[in-house]
Amino acid sequence: MATIKLREMQVNQAGVIVSVKGTGELGRRIRDMGLVPGKQIKVQGKAPLLDPVCLRIMGFTLTLRNNEADYILVEVN
Amino acid sequence: MSLAIALAGNPNSGKTTLFNTLTGARQHVGNYPGVIVEKKQGICTSRAGQFNVVDLLGTYSLSAYSLEEVVARDFLVNESPSMIVNIVDASNLERNLYLSVQFMELGIPVCVALNMMDVAQKRGIRIDIDRLSQLLNVPVVPTIARSGEGKTQLLETIAAQIAGNKEVVPLKISYGMDIDVALDEMEGIIRSDKFLTGIYPARWTALKYLENDQQIIGLGKKKNPEVDACLLSVVKRVTRHLDATLGTHPEGMIADQRYGFIHSILKQNVVTYAQDPNRLQQSDRIDQFVTNRFAGPVIMVAILMGLYHFTFTYGAIPMGWFEAFFGWLGSVAEGALPDGLLKSLVISGIIDGVGGVLGFVPLIMFMFLGISFLEDSGYLARMAYMLDRVFRTFGLHGSSVMAFIVSGGIAGGCAVPGVMATRTLKSPKERLATLLTVPFMNCGAKLPVFVLLVAAFFSENKALAMLAITLVSWVGALLVARLLRSTLIRGEATPFVMELPPYRLPTLKGLLIHTWERTWQYVKKAGTVILGISILLWAMMTFPGLDLDQKQVFEMKRIKLAQGMTATPLEEIKTAEPAALSPGDLSVKQGLVQIDMQEAQAGLKNSFAGRMGVGLEGVSKFAGFDWRTNIALLGGFVAKEVVVSTLGTAYSLGQVDPEETGSLSERLSTAEGWGPLTAVSLIIFTIFYAPCFVTVVCIAKEAGSWKWAAFSVIFNTALAFGLSVAVYQIGSLIMS
Ligand SMILES: Nc1nc2c(ncn2[C@@H]2O[C@H](COP(=O)(O)OP(=O)(O)O)[C@@H](O)[C@H]2O)c(=O)[nH]1
Repeated sequence: MATIKLREMQVNQAGVIVSVKGTGELGRRIRDMGLVPGKQIKVQGKAPLLDPVCLRIMGFTLTLRNNEADYILVEVN
Repeated sequence: MSLAIALAGNPNSGKTTLFNTLTGARQHVGNYPGVIVEKKQGICTSRAGQFNVVDLLGTYSLSAYSLEEVVARDFLVNESPSMIVNIVDASNLERNLYLSVQFMELGIPVCVALNMMDVAQKRGIRIDIDRLSQLLNVPVVPTIARSGEGKTQLLETIAAQIAGNKEVVPLKISYGMDIDVALDEMEGIIRSDKFLTGIYPARWTALKYLENDQQIIGLGKKKNPEVDACLLSVVKRVTRHLDATLGTHPEGMIADQRYGFIHSILKQNVVTYAQDPNRLQQSDRIDQFVTNRFAGPVIMVAILMGLYHFTFTYGAIPMGWFEAFFGWLGSVAEGALPDGLLKSLVISGIIDGVGGVLGFVPLIMFMFLGISFLEDSGYLARMAYMLDRVFRTFGLHGSSVMAFIVSGGIAGGCAVPGVMATRTLKSPKERLATLLTVPFMNCGAKLPVFVLLVAAFFSENKALAMLAITLVSWVGALLVARLLRSTLIRGEATPFVMELPPYRLPTLKGLLIHTWERTWQYVKKAGTVILGISILLWAMMTFPGLDLDQKQVFEMKRIKLAQGMTATPLEEIKTAEPAALSPGDLSVKQGLVQIDMQEAQAGLKNSFAGRMGVGLEGVSKFAGFDWRTNIALLGGFVAKEVVVSTLGTAYSLGQVDPEETGSLSERLSTAEGWGPLTAVSLIIFTIFYAPCFVTVVCIAKEAGSWKWAAFSVIFNTALAFGLSVAVYQIGSLIMS
């Protein structure tokens, strides 16, 4: 078990969100999409230039930029 | 009496499809007063009654961060529709309910249309609908919007619910001890001071204060600064407390707890999965290939080329019919009207104007058909995902690429549909920057200008020159976008937290309705303005024309030409076919044509546009342009290919057909004051200067303000002039 930033996750790696920093519009948009503590996520892929990332949460697919992923801490195995 | 109902739901939940199913073709698009957010309305008649359906909003949340959400919130509160129909994607229940919860917090009557039941079933998701309805305390009706299944039951439920007239109590969730206590305290203050209570439920106002909702706080400040300050002090206290104890803040806490609430409901056997919900769906397997690091970009290029080809190759066919029709109309008018101003007005002002408006229609239709297909199928989101990194560097959005390509990113597009293609962009700043820079692309109308100049001065390196022109326009557009985004349209990049919806085959009906809607809007909104400007520009290029004395000079020339050469009346020579004339008469005829062209040149020079061109020579000479080029460029505001035909007139070659520029390019290559450097300078100017006025009108409509339209004319021209002068002056220095 280790806690890392979402940006550092590998493709196909899964984990559970521990905390979401970020306020204002960005924080709000992140949470609105269900990126809240306790949710299971799995990195599904990365864009051709390795940014943004694409992940799976609650059964749907979501993309976000690396600098946005920095606000999210994930516990991984 | 018809009942007002509003549709709302997450993007891709099937809202548009349901709206179309309910209202059929009986819908119209307008604007909310004072803002550019679209308002789609329609009438739905059924056994259950007549409904006035408003397509309210497609969003994930009800915050105050986007104009759309604010408008929707205001609509719900001020117009209080009888019922809000919340479309919820059954295959994506947990996230979709997040918006539902926010409607319920607001205490407005909600009916859930549980859509995509077929998809949910296919994925092995079973939903206990009665239980869901009971736990949420709102009616839930399963639907499949695509096939229309569940529509009758939905309408009956809505009608019954409205008839039942049950009082709605705002949903009360626990957001955790600290916040709950604060909410109670704030609710007390709000109630006792009757603070905004005429508009919003008390607890909701308190909640928005805690969420740091700028719209509500702004309203509160205006209403009663004391209560506002009092509430803000509570918020501050809780914020500090939460930060110290849990390392979080109220806004985050509230969102977390909303999801917690939803999760706790779904856990009570509302949803059961026959398979792992995160199992790879077919769509994900497609994505592994389509958004693959290496295959993805290749496929994307192919699809963009395909879209381009589709729009401009097939769109050109009906466009040709339109042109032929207006050409025919012009020739009818040519024959039916006597020579003179009226004829010129009808042909050059009105017929060409209407033709100009309608000529774009096939392009717009084909483009929107193509883009709607990409959007509805889900591919557009993938494209934005793959290109985001590149476009973000310039302050744009991954979806901007579509507008650039259509505008002529692959040389030969058109900025009119290009500007309209920015509709697919949801982030306002990126959208504005995109629609201001797409006119720099090389549209099909600029090409004849380039072809002319390249043929005259760079005929050995045609392909290379054209490639260089394309590159210059791309680099210029992206750099200007960057410049705008760090000055006038400054601001953080809009978050890219975006859903990749599953791939779906779009329905023909949906595509056609969408395409028709956009096309009709173009004709209706832009059409009248374009016609008006077209007549104005015609007048500028025509009046005041030559006075009688000046005309007399040309008339004398004609008579002199004929003297001693022929006995045949001039009128007869003018109208006769060349083959039917004797060699002497033929040379007279050629002489007459020459004089006509000289007269046209003199007339043009004497028109308002001509006088401007002459007047501007003092400035434009720094970029290497004489009055002839100036008039031609002024003409280019009508449509870029007019640059070529006007240059023809200005060089006394008559109206040169933009497709056949051989004679003109020969003339230019030997003309005084022309050389490769002048050509480069003019090419640069043509790439960057003011868009044609049809594009300008579209910019005004899409940006929602004439201010931006004026900006694009002034800024682009200034930029173009600056670049041309730089090129010309530096070039002259090097060459001398
Ligand atoms: N299988 C299925 N597809 C649907 C259903 N409702 C809508 N769709 C499809 O889902 C896609 C998105 O629908 P749309 O109405 O554009 O979603 P909106 O973004 O909420 O307006 C379209 O391709 C529709 O054809 C449904 O009930 N079942």
